[in-house]
Amino acid sequence: MAVLAQKKPITVIEKINDETWRRKFLRNVIIPWIFICPLLLIHIYVVAIPAVQGVYMSLTDWTGVGMDVNFVGLDNYHELFFEDETFGKALGNNIAWMAFFLTVPFIMALFCATQLAQVKRGGMLYRSILFIPYVLASVVTTTIWKNLLNPRLGVGAAVDNLLGLEKVFGVAYLGRSESVLMSIAFIDNWHFWGFLMILFLAAMQSIPPALYDAAKIDGANRWDEFRHVTLPGIRPILLFMYMMVAIWSFLAFDYIFLLTQGGPGGASEVIATQLYKNAFFRFQAGYGAAQGVVISIFAGFIILIFVTLRRRGWDI
Amino acid sequence: MTAIGKVSLRDTVLQRGRGKERSRLLVFNHTVLLLLTAFAVIPLLVLAFNSVKTNFEIGQNPLGPPQNIVADNFPNAWERGNFATTMGNSVIYVVATIAAELVLGGLAAYALARKRPPGSDLLMLYFLVASTIPLWMYIVPLFVQINALKRLGVDARFLLIMVYVAGNAPLTIFLLRSYMIDLPTELEDAARVDGANEFQVLTRIVLPLTKPGFLTVGLVVGLGVWNEFLLALTFIHDPNQFPVTTSFYKFVDRFDRDWALTSAGAIIIIFPVMVLFLALQRQFIEGLAEGGIKT
Repeated sequence: MAVLAQKKPITVIEKINDETWRRKFLRNVIIPWIFICPLLLIHIYVVAIPAVQGVYMSLTDWTGVGMDVNFVGLDNYHELFFEDETFGKALGNNIAWMAFFLTVPFIMALFCATQLAQVKRGGMLYRSILFIPYVLASVVTTTIWKNLLNPRLGVGAAVDNLLGLEKVFGVAYLGRSESVLMSIAFIDNWHFWGFLMILFLAAMQSIPPALYDAAKIDGANRWDEFRHVTLPGIRPILLFMYMMVAIWSFLAFDYIFLLTQGGPGGASEVIATQLYKNAFFRFQAGYGAAQGVVISIFAGFIILIFVTLRRRGWDI
Repeated sequence: MTAIGKVSLRDTVLQRGRGKERSRLLVFNHTVLLLLTAFAVIPLLVLAFNSVKTNFEIGQNPLGPPQNIVADNFPNAWERGNFATTMGNSVIYVVATIAAELVLGGLAAYALARKRPPGSDLLMLYFLVASTIPLWMYIVPLFVQINALKRLGVDARFLLIMVYVAGNAPLTIFLLRSYMIDLPTELEDAARVDGANEFQVLTRIVLPLTKPGFLTVGLVVGLGVWNEFLLALTFIHDPNQFPVTTSFYKFVDRFDRDWALTSAGAIIIIFPVMVLFLALQRQFIEGLAEGGIKT
């Protein structure tokens, strides 16, 4: 009793002087932050600081070289949306790109994954082979297809030969303004759709088989099964990928730059290829930065749509 | 007895019917899958065919299998494409990026999953928001920054690796953290009771148990760096520092009409990836699926 009564409440000073408390502070606060800092600092230096600078740069007329920087307010944005017709064309191409990628790969991937989910023997082999194009570098994929779409030596010419036609299929798909953008999208999709298929397949395989049995008992045909069991089962990943692909559509660059650099005559130009040329070839860094901000705003807008839908109770 | 007999008879009839239906439907499944497989594989086959033809034969027969096999294209492409240098460079970019990413990301993820120091939630929010910022938002100022460092004499290769590490940081942290959170804490506590310090807990207990997570991150990051084009094009201007992708881009530009040569070059680039892919199919597919969702 006497010993207990002597105990006083611990003051802050005593706490700091207290050896075990200090060791705990070191272990639970200082050391963890030392662990976090290297990666965080690299990330701040490479991403966060330039992102903020990008916003400022977009408000200037800086060429990208020298010290002559003038603040011009929203002039760059005004020019983008009201004066620069090539930007309108590029934005339109981005939207066409999005329309392609929100339909074709999704239909292919859903259809293929549905077929593959029912296959037991050989399923793994199909899965691996169908995934191969996704691991190839864009420089390789574009080289392969540039040759395959060659008007004289490509697939089109072979089809013409087979059917006894002349220059019906064997045309320069990448050289004509009416077909160039969709041809590039087709090539990019050859590389991409298998990835989407794998994601859907994984989701389909985690749907409990009992649900399919129940549907069968209710007399469902295969379309009913797909519509009422498979689709709801993979809905989260389906909607999530819809969001991601919509965002990626505004970032498209590699395949277009590698195949046509935006040509012929700007027919396959998208915002990112314009940005790249403005910033790195044409000494319009401020203008290019403004395009970067615009791309980010579009991406942010798509995220906002999905977040809002989720808030409204959509199961995304 | 009769009832049972009837039921079993009905059952077998039903089953036979179902079996018939199933096999018929699977014919359709396999037809579809084989067609799509052909779509994926034939372009690669044509590439492989052309890599062992002469240009003369490609002119006569651009799509079919080779009449006679010529191996010369490979040494020629290797030589003229400067692959000895650029393959080495790419290996450096891949290995250094993976190493830095796993060490720094592992440390950060461990701290965030286990110690949760004050500010952790804010930091996760930072990485979540940062992972949605498109590269296009910051590439121009980053170019200026990197150039300033290059002028100060910092090696461009080091800077590119830094950019790769930063770009993959959110993905790495999310993935590794989720692996570490799933780990039961008892083992770590036991090690601490035995007198292990924080670093030992991480290297002796947490690391061995979260190996699959590290393998996933390593594969996703490594494949991404090997195939990466845009950042290498933007930040590396000395041909002796080119990775295979940008050097191949210039190579194809220069030998535009020499399909035999460029096809062989393409095979050289995809060869290491294909070997690794075939050896680690499951990890590759699952890792990329997991990683693709989280970026």
